[in-house]
Amino acid sequence: MFLAFLYALRGEGILVGAAQWLTLLKGLSQGLGTTVNTFYGFARSVVCCSETDFDAYDKAFVIIFKDAVDWGERLNLEFSEELLDWLKRQPDVVGELVTPDIDVDELWRELEKRLQEQTEEHHGGSRWVGTGGTSPFGHSGRASHGIRVGGSSKNRSAIAVAGERNWGTYRTDTQLDQRDLQMVLKQLRQLTPTGDWELDIPQTIRRTVHNGGEIELEFVRERVNRIHLVLLLDSGGSMEPYAQMVEQFFTAFSEAKGFKSFQAWHFHNVPYGKLYNSDGQESMLTLLQQWTPQHRVVWVGDACMAPYELMAPTYFSNMRGLDWIVRVQEKCPKSVWLNPESQQYWNHPTIRSIGETVPMYPLTLDGLSQAVQQM
Amino acid sequence: MSINFSGTDRYIADPQLLADVNAAIVLQKPLLVRGEPGTGKTMLAEAVAESLNMTLVRWHIKSTTKAQEGLYTYDVVQRLNDSRFGGGDVSNIRDYIKMGPLGQAFTSQEQVVVLIDEIDKADIEFPNDLLRELDEMAFFIPELNEQVTAIQRPIVLITSNAEKELPDAFLRRCLFHYIDFPNETRMIDIIHSHLGDIDSDLLQTAIQRFYRLRQVDGLRKKPSTSELLDWIKVLIATGVRPEVAEQNLPFLSTLIKREQDIEMLKNTRRRRY
Repeated sequence: MFLAFLYALRGEGILVGAAQWLTLLKGLSQGLGTTVNTFYGFARSVVCCSETDFDAYDKAFVIIFKDAVDWGERLNLEFSEELLDWLKRQPDVVGELVTPDIDVDELWRELEKRLQEQTEEHHGGSRWVGTGGTSPFGHSGRASHGIRVGGSSKNRSAIAVAGERNWGTYRTDTQLDQRDLQMVLKQLRQLTPTGDWELDIPQTIRRTVHNGGEIELEFVRERVNRIHLVLLLDSGGSMEPYAQMVEQFFTAFSEAKGFKSFQAWHFHNVPYGKLYNSDGQESMLTLLQQWTPQHRVVWVGDACMAPYELMAPTYFSNMRGLDWIVRVQEKCPKSVWLNPESQQYWNHPTIRSIGETVPMYPLTLDGLSQAVQQM
Repeated sequence: MSINFSGTDRYIADPQLLADVNAAIVLQKPLLVRGEPGTGKTMLAEAVAESLNMTLVRWHIKSTTKAQEGLYTYDVVQRLNDSRFGGGDVSNIRDYIKMGPLGQAFTSQEQVVVLIDEIDKADIEFPNDLLRELDEMAFFIPELNEQVTAIQRPIVLITSNAEKELPDAFLRRCLFHYIDFPNETRMIDIIHSHLGDIDSDLLQTAIQRFYRLRQVDGLRKKPSTSELLDWIKVLIATGVRPEVAEQNLPFLSTLIKREQDIEMLKNTRRRRY
């Protein structure tokens, strides 16, 4: 009974476990939630673990119990005005889901065909392979889906990028969860005994007991975390799709307790001698003087930019972008770079050069885990 | 089961909350209550205990609280001291075992209500350490080689301000209720239940001001029910007339507790609210 509801809930992303479901059934058998109204409330208290689940719960509820209203009228069940009104007001939720109306194989065949027909460069428009426009082929276009041909995806809607789709890891619901992040960051707490000597009570008791009750004092030195954490975030335009992920990441870092110090700075694509935060800007030379090898610098950025940005000296400085990264790495050798871009696209010239300078890891839980070990 | 919670004179709960408390009682599961500070999460436990005529055992969680402390503590230092300097019989370890809140609830002859207050204050591993104890309502004391099993399964209420996310395994074992911020009509009921009959003009003005204040963007801490109650109490005590309360917002510091917020309100006062 109600199994369809269970799968509808799971379908909406509320991962109801078997134990929870049994609790629900047990409650029903004991007389809880016997009308649609009370069932709605009771089942919600069992299956939802957070108020953020409520919306998804409502969706699933509507899908399954939309017809219950008619049934209720037939069976003379009582419905509260509120619930009745709400059930009727809900639009057909299934319709909201965007389902591609073109088959992927078909798209490929069509691409092949059009490539044969096409004889010149093409930009804009709705049919030919080129940039912009609404043709499903080419890049930077606005077609709801299609095949990307070269370039970088601007609107992130291609259902097939070179034959396979790898955005799955970036779906919001499988993303890094605050809690997981904090668990990983906990590993960074390397406590070193450096502080004052203090009485180690548990050890003293143990020693005393072993000593037949003759008190034997044991001292330890206070343990202090000596790690300073520096977070450098790329806030460039190409990072926008990852904004939410980076924000979460930032929160987790700034809430992580026990570091000797924590600071965060922003840069645009590549640092040119200056870093920014909400209070203003700071010269990297000053910062480099302050930082010590105990500072762990965590770069977060897609490292993806035009090669000249990284490799050419700017007109106001003869340092290249890469030189700044090298200098940071020399000062704080245990630094890492976390890249939100999927690892299969790392074969980009600027990603390669940065990756050769700073150990680079994907911005996923596993990647972070490896990065933490490196630090 | 015949036990049924229906609110008390001083605690006005919405029907869904009543249903969820009763479901928790029937299913013998902990009820996790979440909501903004000041929505009466802690008072709920008092109300449940009062209306069911049970003792309330409170366990206030701090950032340093360990799960073990809720079960029992073994005062080894006292025992050592007694053995060295002679103060009582040290042969009975039981004398040095002190039950924590959960331990007391389990060993009580009568069913009690246990409140685990602000569970999110503790270390993120804390809830996981209590999984088995809350599931089976039993724990083991190695020092005594003894199993403590709940004589009467207590009614467990857990509150959280959502400062930290709780582990999934823990959440799955609880029933969940989210206390929404009360709307104006319910707020009037709540105020009446606390302060009795008060001047209705003043009440109306105060409530309107209060909800408008809550809508001001960028407040770091929105005023909550308890602050509103304090404010009205002060207004009554000092005999401020409703018109004055409307215009000048006297005693703003009872409503707004953060310095930055007060500054911000002063600056935006003429324009915004």
